This record gives sequence, structure tokens and C-alpha cells, in this order.
Amino acid sequence: MKKIAQFGYLAAIFIFLYAPIAALIILSFNESKYMSSWGGFSLKWYESMLNSDLIMSALQNTLYIAIISSVVATIIGTAACMGINHMKKLPRTIVMGLTNVPMLNADIVTGISLMLCFLAFGITLSMQTVILAHITFNIPYVILSVMPRIKQLEPSTFEAAMDLGASRSYAFVKVVLPDIMPGILSGFLLAFTMSLDDFIITHFTKGAGINTISTLVYAELRKGIKPNLYALSTVLFVSVLILLIIMNLPKREKKVKTVNNKENYT
Amino acid sequence: MQEPLIRLQDVSKSFDGDIVLDELNLEIKENEFVTLLGPSGCGKTTTLRIIGGFTKPDAGHVYFDGKDITNLPPNKRQLNTVFQKYALFPHMNIEENIAFGLNIKRKSKEYIRDKVRYALKLVNLDGYETREVTSLSGGQQQRIAIARAIVNEPRVLLLDEPLGALDLKLRQDMQYELIRLKNELGITFIYVTHDQEEALTMSDRIVVMNQGYIQQMGTPENIYNEPENAFVADFIGDSNIIDGLMIEDRLVQICGVKIPCVDSGFGCNKPVDVVIRPEDVELSTDTSKGFLTGRVTSLIFKGVHYEMEVIAGGFEWLVQSTLCYPVDSEVGISVKPENIQIMNKPESADEKAVTPDA
Repeated sequence: MKKIAQFGYLAAIFIFLYAPIAALIILSFNESKYMSSWGGFSLKWYESMLNSDLIMSALQNTLYIAIISSVVATIIGTAACMGINHMKKLPRTIVMGLTNVPMLNADIVTGISLMLCFLAFGITLSMQTVILAHITFNIPYVILSVMPRIKQLEPSTFEAAMDLGASRSYAFVKVVLPDIMPGILSGFLLAFTMSLDDFIITHFTKGAGINTISTLVYAELRKGIKPNLYALSTVLFVSVLILLIIMNLPKREKKVKTVNNKENYT
Repeated sequence: MQEPLIRLQDVSKSFDGDIVLDELNLEIKENEFVTLLGPSGCGKTTTLRIIGGFTKPDAGHVYFDGKDITNLPPNKRQLNTVFQKYALFPHMNIEENIAFGLNIKRKSKEYIRDKVRYALKLVNLDGYETREVTSLSGGQQQRIAIARAIVNEPRVLLLDEPLGALDLKLRQDMQYELIRLKNELGITFIYVTHDQEEALTMSDRIVVMNQGYIQQMGTPENIYNEPENAFVADFIGDSNIIDGLMIEDRLVQICGVKIPCVDSGFGCNKPVDVVIRPEDVELSTDTSKGFLTGRVTSLIFKGVHYEMEVIAGGFEWLVQSTLCYPVDSEVGISVKPENIQIMNKPESADEKAVTPDA
């Protein structure tokens, strides 16, 4: 009896969480144009999506913004971590606190303030401003995932590399970087995902005529929903899901490794 | 006289206003096993880091083979370090770890392979080339760290408490290994430890440090048998340090009794510290035999010997003896004149730490 209750509870949670998405995915394969009737299985909305210049250019923009902003944010964020790590305790606590604020800040506040900031400096809103905005809100996520790795770093390994004749840059590339790589990679993927599905900040900082997938969906919704947007949303959901799975993979691998270590020590 | 391989001249260093080293002078000869010994915070690790190039002294110079290397970065120095926490590179296997320095020097593949095999043989880990760092025990990791340092054929090997993280048995085994390595390689070892036993076992010369000053330098026998001040006497082994009065040459008064000793040159009627090692105190049940009579207050069996506390002449004597004297028994205390070590009393706090560097 208790088992059934436990299972039922769990099932209920998952139904609440995933039923809407499941509905969306099912409707994206619906032959009929109307939500209320099932016209049989079809991929025609996917075809229509691929044939729509509007959707394809939005997809291109989204990927372009996500890749550029997450790469730049990863570089800046990792460099920032190195600096923060060498700070004394008080300034480090202050800087870490300050980097956390933008993450907790409401997106709408970040979006509007970035827009005001661009306008105040006389920068016309365009693709570049979106990229700048995305880099800005992505840096804290990179710092968040790289910092623990850097803290775990054995400081003497860098010195040991120098001791064995390595220059500072060689020691960094060969010894420090591989050690913090998992953190950098997950920071990059996190930033990429964040950029991919951001709507509010993009909405406020994009120039006229430029659309990412999320702003396009929003714009199209006002005109009336076309089922090819269901297909697009499904694609978006699946790509984020895949990214999340990739992000969680190294962690599982690491656990297996530590178990192995224990066996070896005993 | 042979020019020393490493010479520290008036080296000073402070961290955040705390003086760690104060005008330190130290010379290390080629092929010596020198141990820097002292309690934590005495400046021994800082001294090693200055020699290794990881810390820049605020003042003073470091000479290597007659050349000033004070401002040379660690990667340009002809010495290698074995770190306290091994500092192996976790994402490389054993062979890659050991070959790291040789790869930087662009040695040929065959040379590197031979060198790695030789180094692993030297530390008794043949065939470990492809093992992962995390699959090794602490003692094995430490051997790899040593192998990684010695393949580069350094002229000096710096070791920063390398055995600190190992258990007692392994530590003792590694001490013999290090002595063997030193003899086989014929290079200079500079060893940092707070463990006096380690220092006494392995060193050719011990440098006892406290509060940034060198307290005494000498052979292990010299440091143990003739400590120059109360700090050294107390830090190296157990000892009875008693207030005494030097009546004249070869005659000292402790606990109100005048007893003969072998030291001279301290002047007449001068207050001194008298050091007597607990194993040098001789007890006997015949109270007329000693220069003092006392009563045993505690008795502990320590394995090799018994350790007793004896109240005599207003002083609590620590005594180690293979013979057992039960608690509350009356005993006579005697000490052979050559086992009495006389030290000047420090006249000021400053002198307490001043280098007896002669």
C-alpha cells in the first residue's frame, strides 16, 4: 500500500512537470491544424519549420549568439576565477557576492538596465548588443562552475611544474588547465544553455528585425499560433535536454572513478 | 677550503609584517645531507622556498655555485623540489609525470624512456609506467614525486617534509630509502622537517631553527650531545635543564651541590643552564652513592626503558633507565662529569634567538 502511494506521488509530480511538454510534442506531430482534433501522425510542421526563412534565420541567430557569448563568457569567467582565487579573504568574499547578485536578479531588471545602459552610451541596439548582454549575464554562471574546481586545485602542482623547468604559461596550459577543464566545460555548457533559452534580456536588448527563437515565438504568438512553432519548441526542448544530459555525464563518470580509488586503496 | 654550493647571505623575509627570517646566513656544501629542523613557523620552509625560488627574500642574496640566483625564477634553477603533498599531476599517468621535466628539455624519446625506467627502479616501483596517480598509495606517490625530481639530474634536491603524511612504519622505511638514494646519486639534499628523529637519522648536518634564527648547526651527534642553548636541548630529545652556577672551570653547582664537569671558559660564579639527558642520570638504591638524594614520584614502562620522575634538591628530574625503581623509593642520583652540558644563560630575549653562527 505504502509503495503504491509513494509511486503515485512520484508519478503525479512527473505528470504535472512533463504533461504540458508532452502535449506540445504530441501536437507538433499532429496532421490537423487544430489543437482540438487529432488528424494523424505527420512531420509536415517540421517540414514547414525548415522551409520558413523566418524560423531558420531566428535559429541561426540563436546559435550564433549562444556560441559567441558562451565562449567569450567562459574565457572572461575563467580568467576572473584565477584572479579572485589570488585575492585576500575579504575582497574575495565581496567579489564573489557581487558576482552572485546578477544571477539572483530578476531578468527583467537586468534586461531593462542593460537596454538603458546601451542607450545611455549611444549604442544602437543590434545583434552586437544582444551578444554583449548575453556575455554579461553568462559570466557569473561560468564563475560559479569554475570556482570550485580552482579551489580544489593543489597549489603546489603549479609550483612543481615550474620547478621541473616549465615557464608560467606552459605550466598553466599543461598542468592547471587540464585540472580545471571539467569546470570550464560545464560552465561553458551552462552559459550556452542559458543564452539559448533566454527571452526577457534578449527582448530588451535586441535591435529591430533581429529575432532569436524565443523572441520569434513570442512575436508569432500575437498573430496566432501556427503548429510549426510547436515543432520549433519541441526541437528547442530536445536540444536543451541533450545539453543537460551532456552536462551531467562527467559527474557520473567521476563518481565511478572515486569508487575505483577506494577499491585500490583498501 | 671548498666554495659552498649554496650560500644564503643576510636573507630576510616577512609576511604581513611578521618577520619569518631575520638576516639568515647559511652555507651548504656539495654532496651534503642538510636538515633544517625546527617547530612550525620557525622559517625552515620559507628558507627552502627561497632556495627553490618560489619565494623572493625581502633582503639578502642567494648564491648557487658562486653565482647570485636571488632573482632567478624556479624554472631556471638547477635544483628540484619534492613537495609535502607530492604535487603529482593527476591527469597524467606515472610515466608522463616523471617525463614532464625531460619533455620540457626536449630530450629524445629513447632517452626519456630509459630515464623513466631507471628512476622507477631507483624508487623500487619498476613497471609502474602506465599506472594512474590516483591508484597509488601515499608512500608510492611520494616515491614517484622523488623519481620525478631526480630524473632531471638536479645538483640539489629540496625536500619539504616529504614524509609528513605517511604513517610511522612507512616513514621509517622511507628514511632508509632516502639515505640510500642520497648515497647512490651523490647529490646534495636539503631536507625540511619538524621531526627530530628524522633529522638525527638521516642528516650529515642539522640546522636547528627557531623564530627565524639559526639556533645551532652541527652533526647529529654534536647537536644531541652538546646543545648550545636551552631551546636546542629541549627541542632535540628530552632533557633536564637546571639552573646552575659555574663556580670555576670544571666545577658547577646545581641544587646546592658542587659537582665536577668537563666544561671550562665560562668564568667564575657565573649563572648557567645545565643540561643533563634523562638517560645520563644514574640512580642507585644506595643513597650515599650519588651527589643528591631523591624520591621516585612516578614510573612508566616505555618498552626500551623505564621512565621515572625523581624529586631531588627541589627539582623534578626526568630519568630513563633500564632498571626499575618503584615509586616512593629513596634513590641516590649521580651523573658522569662528561654527561653534564653547560650552556650560557640567555641574557635578553633577543639573544635567546640570536645566531650562534661561528
